[in-house]
Amino acid sequence: MLELRTVRKTFNPGTANEVRALDGLNLVLEPGTFTVVIGTNGSGKSTLQGVVGGALPVEAGQVLIGGTDVTAWPEHRRAALVGRVFQDPFAGTAPTLTVAENLALAGKRTGWRTLAPLLRRSARAGWRDQLAQIGLGLENRLDDPIGLLSGGQRQAITLVMAALTDPVLLLLDEHTAALDPRSAELVMEVTARIAARGKSTVLMVTHSMAQAVHHGDRVVAMHRGQVRLDARGPEKRRLSESDLRDYFSQVRRDDAFDAHAARLVATQYR
Amino acid sequence: MSVLLATLALGLVMAILALGIFISFRVLGMADITADGSFTLGAAVVARLLAAGVNPWLATAAGTVAGSLAGLLTGTLATRFRINTLLAGILVMTALYSIDLRIMGTSNLSLPGTGVFQPFDRVVEAVAGAPRMTILGRDVAAQELGGLLGAAVFAGLVTAVLAWYLRTESGTALRATGDNARMLRALGTSTDRATVIGLAMSNALVALSGALLAQMQGFADAQMGIGMIVMGLASVILGQTLVGNVRIGGLALVGAVMGSVLFRLMIAIALRWGLDPNDLKLVTALVVFAAIVTPGMLARWKAVPRA
Repeated sequence: MLELRTVRKTFNPGTANEVRALDGLNLVLEPGTFTVVIGTNGSGKSTLQGVVGGALPVEAGQVLIGGTDVTAWPEHRRAALVGRVFQDPFAGTAPTLTVAENLALAGKRTGWRTLAPLLRRSARAGWRDQLAQIGLGLENRLDDPIGLLSGGQRQAITLVMAALTDPVLLLLDEHTAALDPRSAELVMEVTARIAARGKSTVLMVTHSMAQAVHHGDRVVAMHRGQVRLDARGPEKRRLSESDLRDYFSQVRRDDAFDAHAARLVATQYR
Repeated sequence: MSVLLATLALGLVMAILALGIFISFRVLGMADITADGSFTLGAAVVARLLAAGVNPWLATAAGTVAGSLAGLLTGTLATRFRINTLLAGILVMTALYSIDLRIMGTSNLSLPGTGVFQPFDRVVEAVAGAPRMTILGRDVAAQELGGLLGAAVFAGLVTAVLAWYLRTESGTALRATGDNARMLRALGTSTDRATVIGLAMSNALVALSGALLAQMQGFADAQMGIGMIVMGLASVILGQTLVGNVRIGGLALVGAVMGSVLFRLMIAIALRWGLDPNDLKLVTALVVFAAIVTPGMLARWKAVPRA
């Protein structure tokens, strides 16, 4: 599970380019749930990823993963609790290492690497099973360098790698955005299967309204660094793409109104 | 004959340098100039300790450890203080020049005896039953063969250990660091730590190579490390050409060893043909430049459609 307590993050503080990316954000994800985060550009959803993953230090507030306060933990230390998939399908795997070596590194994610041989025969059957479930025949390519595979194939394997040790939290950062429609669909199928196991709390950030509607059991829409819409349970199931479209046009109208009001105030009080 | 034996032995000793450069250049994907300093460091430590009457094996080990400390320092500068790796290497290399002089106390130090190569000399002598022998109709000293045997044993051992290490969890993490550091961080390994360990290992091997060379040639010199990074790169790149573009593993390591030996043979031949020894480093740099640039140029040349 994940808990964010009044998390604040500002970029370029004290300058003309100051951006409040997260403005006292509160968010609690229940264990084993699948939450989809959507939002416009600049809404703070990428910053949310960075803050949870550990790449971005927070300014104020706390980040708790599985009940542990990880606010001060660096990225690599949080890996014990968080499995991650990035938008770039090539970011999650080491190209010159074989599929098996990549999987083995992912399976050994916690603790300092020892001098034991990495590849053990006993682990291969398990990997084959996991890869067979993807349905791309990847189970027969364990000893190929992963760089020979396509982006979609690599992203699917990255997803399997991220979930291999059943981490407390699975963090998916627009992980289908750079894939062709067929591969994106396939990766989403794998995602749904992993989420259905209920072993990890899943947090998926996406641009796709269709994904937000069809996947997960909770939708959180962010705006200006805060949660603006939060639908779960029956409300989430009733949510349609047109509802989300309405929400986004409402957000745009409000923004336009705010900007207009700001201009008006500026001229009045000049 | 003795020139050939000496060249082969030299090539094998320098192969350990090439394996060190292999770690920093091929595995971690960085050019670590510390090598120029740590090569001399290994030689200086051995020279000083042997002069003080320390056991040659202990002295060689000490030289190797000193090299690993130099790599540790470069790695720490690069990761903890976020200094550009190239600059970190330059800083440590420059500092090492003074440290090497301090250790030796002079710019050139002679070594008593042949150090760790002595047991190998004795083995050859015992097998042949005489200090000199005739091979293929040529007169050869046991010491020359002993040097070659020792160099082969050292190079073989280092290659085997490295090949084994690269397949361990730690070694695979090292390969992944050079391959995709972001992934490794996401998987819970500090890439900083992997980088420091890699540079320490690389410079330990470079220093071991320097320590062995000093014992083979019988002296250590403050200038002997100059250009070693380029020499190592030449061997690594030559090796890559020999074995093809294979994955990082045992075969690629053997390639680096073969590259080093071949490189030494080529230099010996060039010197025979009248190459001025003073031009050696210029020629080496040109060879490395050509080796790095040619494959890309060839690919582009092939890619251009022609009528």
